[in-house]
Amino acid sequence: MMQSVSAQNRKRIAKTAHFVGLFIAMSIICIPGLWIVLNSFRPTVEIMAKPPVWIPNELNLDHYRAMFGGAGEGGVPVLTYFRNSMIISITSTVIALLVGMGGGYAFARYHFKGKSAIFVGLMVTRAVPGVALSLPLFIIFARLGIIDTHFGIILAYVAMNVPFTIWLIDGFMRQIPKELAEAAEIDGCTRWQAFWRVEFPVARSGIASAGIFAFLTSWNEYALASQLSRSTTSKTMPVGLLDFTSEFTLNWGGMCALAVLMILPALVLTFLVQKHLIAGLTFGGVKG
Amino acid sequence: MAQVHLKNVVKKYGSLEVVHAINLDIEDGEFVVLVGPSGCGKSTTLRMIAGLEDISGGDIEIGDRVVNDLAPRDRNISMVFQNYALYPHMTVQENLGFSLKIAKFSQSEIDAAVQNAAEILSLTDLMDRKPGALSGGQRQRVAMGRAIVRHPDVFLFDEPLSNLDAKLRTQMRVEIKKLHQKVKSTIVYVTHDQIEAMTLADRIVIMRDGHIEQIGTPLDVFEHPVNTFVASFIGSPPMNFLEAQIDGGKIILQDGTALTMPAGYAANEGQKVTFGVRADNIMPQNHAMPAGNNMALVEMEVSLTEPLGTETLLFAELAGSEVQAKMLNPRPVQNGERLTFEISLDKCHIFDAQTGNALKAQ
Repeated sequence: MMQSVSAQNRKRIAKTAHFVGLFIAMSIICIPGLWIVLNSFRPTVEIMAKPPVWIPNELNLDHYRAMFGGAGEGGVPVLTYFRNSMIISITSTVIALLVGMGGGYAFARYHFKGKSAIFVGLMVTRAVPGVALSLPLFIIFARLGIIDTHFGIILAYVAMNVPFTIWLIDGFMRQIPKELAEAAEIDGCTRWQAFWRVEFPVARSGIASAGIFAFLTSWNEYALASQLSRSTTSKTMPVGLLDFTSEFTLNWGGMCALAVLMILPALVLTFLVQKHLIAGLTFGGVKG
Repeated sequence: MAQVHLKNVVKKYGSLEVVHAINLDIEDGEFVVLVGPSGCGKSTTLRMIAGLEDISGGDIEIGDRVVNDLAPRDRNISMVFQNYALYPHMTVQENLGFSLKIAKFSQSEIDAAVQNAAEILSLTDLMDRKPGALSGGQRQRVAMGRAIVRHPDVFLFDEPLSNLDAKLRTQMRVEIKKLHQKVKSTIVYVTHDQIEAMTLADRIVIMRDGHIEQIGTPLDVFEHPVNTFVASFIGSPPMNFLEAQIDGGKIILQDGTALTMPAGYAANEGQKVTFGVRADNIMPQNHAMPAGNNMALVEMEVSLTEPLGTETLLFAELAGSEVQAKMLNPRPVQNGERLTFEISLDKCHIFDAQTGNALKAQ
C-alpha cells in the first residue's frame, strides 16, 4: 500500500517536472513570437519603454494602418511584397516538389551508376551556406540580366530546395514496399500509372511534408533574396522588412506588423496540413 | 487458363548466374509448387514468369504466347505477394476492384466481379475497411481475392503464408487448396516450407542453387528422391543418413552392421554409399510397424525423446551417427533405455556417397 502511494507520488512529481520543463522550453520558443505580435498592436512609446511594459495599456491598429497607408505616412507596398513572396514561394515549391518526386523515386527504386556519389553530391550542396553563394550568384545573375526578377529568385530557391525534397521523398519512397508498385503493374497498370495511382497516394503525407518544408524555406529566406531583389518588382516580405529601417530610426512597430502578416500564411498552411505533416514525419512508425 | 512452359530459362545479375537454364512444363489447371531453401532461385523464377524480372536467356510461354518481352500487365496473370502488397489507401472493395477499374470495366461489372470474389473468400463484411484495419489472415484473403477477380490465366503465389502464425497458416493452406478446386486455374506457388509443398501441390519442383533437382508428385518425390538433397528436404523429420560400404551385396554400416539391399537399388561391390532411412521406417519392435518382407533388427540406446501425442520421436545412435526413429502408440521411454528397433529396408534408400545421387537399379 505504502509503496503504491509513493509510486503514485513519484509519478505525480515526474509529471509536474515534465510540465514545468515543457513550459520553460515553450516559453523560450514562443515569447519572442508573441512579443512581436504584441508589439505590432501597441504604440511605439510602449515598445521602447524601459523597463519593458509587460501588460499593454493600449492596443490599436496604428502600425497596420500606417503600413497600408501612403509613402509619407510610413507605408510600404505590403500587397506587392506579399504577391512576390507568394509567386516565388509557390512556384519554387512546386518545381522543387516535382523534381524531388522524380529524383526521390529514382533514388529509391532504381539502381544506376554513380547513384551514391550523386546522392552525396546533392547533400553536399546543402552544406554550403547560401550566403556564401550570394556574391557569385549576384555576379552571374547580373550578367544574365535576371537580377530583380521573380525568375532569378525562383531559380535560386529551386536549387536550394531540390536536394532537400529529393532526400526527404527518397526516404518516404523507400518505406513503401516495392511490391505495391509490382502488384499494381500485375493488376494492369503501366509503371507511370502504378506511380500515380498507388505509390503517390501512399507517399502523399511524405510529399506534403517535403512541400511544407520547401515552402517555408522559400517564404522565410532573407539573405539571398536581399541580394537578388532590388525593387518592388521582386522584393519578398522578409526583404520588405528592411523598408522600416532608415538612417537614424527603426520603425519597430511597423516591422512587427509586417512580420505578423508574414507569419500568418505559414501558420495557416502548417495548420491545414498538420495531419499530413505528422503522418509524414512519423511515417516509419505506421504499419501499412 | 493456360499452360506455362519454361525453356532453358536463365537469370543473370551482371556476371552472376542465379538460375541456370531450367526447363519446366506446367499443365493447364495444374497446381505446381516450387520449393527449396532460401536463395535457390524459386522466387526469381516466379518473378520471371510474372514479368517482374527480365529473363537473361531462354523462353517463357504462357498459353501459346512467348511472353519474354511482355510487361506484367499484358501476361494475364495475377500474383499474391508475401507481404500481401494491398494498396493501403484503398478499401477492401477498391483493392479488389482495382485491376478491373484499370482495365476500364463498367462499374456494374466491377461490382459484380468484386461481390463474387468477396463471397468466395467470405470478405463481404470487410468491404469498407482499409488494409490497416484487417488481421493477417484477412489481408491474406483480400490479396487472394484481388488475384481471382480478374480470372487470370495463371495465379502466382510468392510465399503467401510465411507471414502468418502456424495455426492460421494451416487454415489458409486449406483455403488455398479449396480455392484451386473452385477456380481450377493454373497455379504456380513458391514456398520454402516442404509441408506446404506436399499438401498443396499436384507436382512439386524442388530447386537448389538455381537448378531444378527433381519434379514429381508429392508422393513421388517423397518415396523416390533422386538425391540426398531432395531426400533430406522433403519429409519431416528429415531423412537419416548413414555412411556405409557395399560388401558381398550387403550394406555394411560403419559399426559392421550388415543390411540387405532395399528393393529397386543396385550398387557396385566395394562402393561407398549413403544409406538413407526415414524415421517412419525405424520403429521399436511391437509398435505398429507395418509388416514388410525385408526387415532388419538393430539395438539402439535412446538419448532423447520428443512426444508429439500420436507419435513420439526417439533420438538414438546407430553406427556412430544420430538417427531419429518414430514410435507409434507411444509409451513413456526413459533416456538411456536400450530398445530393439525394426528397420523396414524396402522403404530405405541408397545414394552414392560422393555425388549424392540415388543408386536406382536400371
